[in-house]
Amino acid sequence: MSYVLRISRRGFLKTAFSAGALILCARVFPGKALDALAAEEWYPGVYLGIEPDGTVIIVAHRSEMGTGIRTALPMVAADELDADWARVRVVQAIGDPKYGDQNTDGSKSIRDFYAPLRQAGATARLMLERAAAATWGVPAAECRARNHQVVHAGGRTVGFGELVVRAAKQPIPGKDELRFKTPADFRYIGKGVPIVDFDDICTGKGIYGIDARMPGMVYASIERSPVLGGRLTSYDDKEARKVKGVLRTVTIEAAQPPYGFQALGGIAVIATSSWAALRGRQKLKVAWEPGANAGYESESFRTTLLETVRRPQKVVRSIGDVDAVFARGGTIREAEYYVPHLAHATMEPPAAVAEYKNGKVTAWAATQNPQAVQDAVAKAVGIAKQDVICHVTLLGGGFGRKSKPDYVVEAALLSKKVGKPVHVTWSREDDIRHDYYHTVSAMYLKAATDAQGRPTAWLQRCAFPPIPSTFDDSVRYGGDGELAQGWVDVPFDIPNLRAENGPAQSHVRVGWLRSVANIYHAFAVQSFIDELAAAAGRDRIEYFLDVLGRPRTIDFKAEGTKYANYGKPLDQYPWETGRLRRVIEVVAEKSGWAKRKPEKGRALGFAAHRSFFSYLAVVVDVQMDEQGRISIPRVDVAVDAGRVVHPERVRAQFEGAAVFGASLALMGEITAAQGRIQQSNFDDYPVARIGEAPKETHVHIVPSDGLPTGVGEPGVPPIAPALCNALFAITGKRIRQLPINKTKLT
Amino acid sequence: MKKIAFKVNGVARSYSGNPDMPLLWYLRDELHLTGTKFGCGKGLCGACTVHLDGEAVRSCITSMKSVAGKKIVTIEGLSAKGDHPLQKAWKELSVPQCGYCQSGQLMQGAALLKEKPKPTDQEIDDAMQGNICRCGTYERIREGIKQAAGVKS
Ligand code: FES
Ligand code: FES
Repeated sequence: MSYVLRISRRGFLKTAFSAGALILCARVFPGKALDALAAEEWYPGVYLGIEPDGTVIIVAHRSEMGTGIRTALPMVAADELDADWARVRVVQAIGDPKYGDQNTDGSKSIRDFYAPLRQAGATARLMLERAAAATWGVPAAECRARNHQVVHAGGRTVGFGELVVRAAKQPIPGKDELRFKTPADFRYIGKGVPIVDFDDICTGKGIYGIDARMPGMVYASIERSPVLGGRLTSYDDKEARKVKGVLRTVTIEAAQPPYGFQALGGIAVIATSSWAALRGRQKLKVAWEPGANAGYESESFRTTLLETVRRPQKVVRSIGDVDAVFARGGTIREAEYYVPHLAHATMEPPAAVAEYKNGKVTAWAATQNPQAVQDAVAKAVGIAKQDVICHVTLLGGGFGRKSKPDYVVEAALLSKKVGKPVHVTWSREDDIRHDYYHTVSAMYLKAATDAQGRPTAWLQRCAFPPIPSTFDDSVRYGGDGELAQGWVDVPFDIPNLRAENGPAQSHVRVGWLRSVANIYHAFAVQSFIDELAAAAGRDRIEYFLDVLGRPRTIDFKAEGTKYANYGKPLDQYPWETGRLRRVIEVVAEKSGWAKRKPEKGRALGFAAHRSFFSYLAVVVDVQMDEQGRISIPRVDVAVDAGRVVHPERVRAQFEGAAVFGASLALMGEITAAQGRIQQSNFDDYPVARIGEAPKETHVHIVPSDGLPTGVGEPGVPPIAPALCNALFAITGKRIRQLPINKTKLT
Repeated sequence: MKKIAFKVNGVARSYSGNPDMPLLWYLRDELHLTGTKFGCGKGLCGACTVHLDGEAVRSCITSMKSVAGKKIVTIEGLSAKGDHPLQKAWKELSVPQCGYCQSGQLMQGAALLKEKPKPTDQEIDDAMQGNICRCGTYERIREGIKQAAGVKS
């Protein structure tokens, strides 16, 4: 299929379209000839064309890492065009800022591109209808596109392909002229189509970054400083160069803080095969000056973070007077929580091939963000951004790791030095030891409660090395974006509530990992509310709903809270507690919460959380045997994600998120000693396997006509607290430090 | 160097390089059969699973010298038209997410079905425990195997 464009050195577009095609929005691609066909400027990054044979070609400009986005967005355009999906071909876009945002991160592909893709489809449809009307000499209003042809009220029909020449001459209609389908007319939206990559995936033909090949390429394996910021002081590559297939070694200069998307630096073994590169690397003798981060001990850093959150810190939200209530005494509860570093461990480690030639770079990369590749590569090799062509392969998992293009920079730098295309594959050890880790965090919570156990005052403090410090190493406090992820937006209706954030310095690269700060914030908040419910002797869900209060829209402005809301205006995407209540009611019913009888070694746990504008409630059914072995027979997830475009893929995302959440909760932990990461592969950094994963996940999509919201990430945050809440119900032990396997439960 | 002779997906092949090289890299770098994936290089994840004389093995820890005289089948050779019962079930149930682990899952599952045409849930879980799917498609993998085997859920 169209993915085979991978080795083409010809112009991308010329291989995608034939000469006579109707092409909309050509501004997506570089190249003067095609700019002549450019549409109006109101298409942010959509590309749609029709071939004279009727084939509709839709460009996927977001990266496919398992969410189905490469299918779902083109499907939206196809639906609005009333195209026959069997005659649609999806072509992957290269990175280009003309396209609008391509960073496939933040659960925003459908959210931000649902409307533009519908516009693209509606525009093409109207042009085809008008072309047919002109052909027949009838009013355009009497012509309707239907299933890849235009039908006249009188019964005549003409195929899309036959209309291409005339349609291409039509003026591009204005936005106000467009007519959109009503949901009742949707052919694919809300129903779904088969994923375009499944045939390739199931036969081993899918091309990932690790599989991308360029003619004449060589393979590189890179030894990097075990401590972030360390420098290479000396090396001996004599033995390495003796390995058959090894061509040479090449040093890459050490990155300087802030590390951003720079190549980390180190020494690369260049070889004619992956194995020769790996073997050569094993034979390198390398000495490092470990540098400023050599003192990093994650165990003592945990203490530092906990001490930070025990003291008053910067106030990031304040309602009423928490101190006055605490001063009155009465029933007060406090708890501290801790979530360690995590590694992404995508099944495909970071991998890319790049060629530097004549002042230009061409790369094929498993990347979530091809424009970041352009920026970072251009900067590193000293060329202009538009001279970096980044093709996007399939990604063997992303989870945020592959939004950082450091590995593509490595390939480009090495290619410049070697004079050939260079393929860089990280070993699993490289991946685990040199990740942009999920940050480490501590949270302190304190509440005063009334006679019913309801909080009258609530105080929460967190501290974590912030992700912005990866880009500006003077930053110590959490970014607005991080604090908006389940921290300053705690939805409870409590008259006195204060949120604080303390400073922390990073000693490893930290970065986004699937749902990001929501993971630790939700863990603390959703555990603590369960603790309060338990102390009050009340049903957890009944208690949660009581504290959540009557359905309302949280008025952050009125209370004077700065709330980043995932970068979107609150009037467009408000925080509505009624929607959270609704999913809680659904999950309670579907999981049989109220009917559940107490059982030895088995219990349900509950958590509810909003992230990326989606409202989630989960119930996790947990079993523990006499030896303390934990299994998860069932997870129920109720979700309000607005209008759902591809329900089957949405279900898949929440099933996968339940596994991802269970994995980090049960066993996920990265530690450091003397600045060195102590884990290296799946033996010491275990992830959930089939036997540990939830056996069944039931996803209940609450019907909604609201704007589409995120689905890739929101399933993760509630899993860990729900799991721990269930374990408390079973054992009476409260787990406040992840992963769970750190705590002896029997 | 001594030649090692074997078959890959029915085609006779010979190899005279370093006999310690893992089969994985031979398949990927020399035959360009990139459907067999690298995930850990240590037998820990199953992404590199192929069949060696009908048995599922981890190609990342299977040396070239150990394949002499053997028949190797990779995902590319699992079926002629991509229509192995598991491949069909995989598509019908939309098992894959990113898909990276799925070559290994399919090869492991196919070996299981050859040995146990009607596996129980526990037998499936035991057979598949070595195959990591970071996207978390385990539930559908189990269902896919059961569907291909014609065992009721
Ligand atoms: S790559 Fe062979 S088991 Fe992981
Ligand atoms: S489908 Fe992504 S790792 Fe299994």
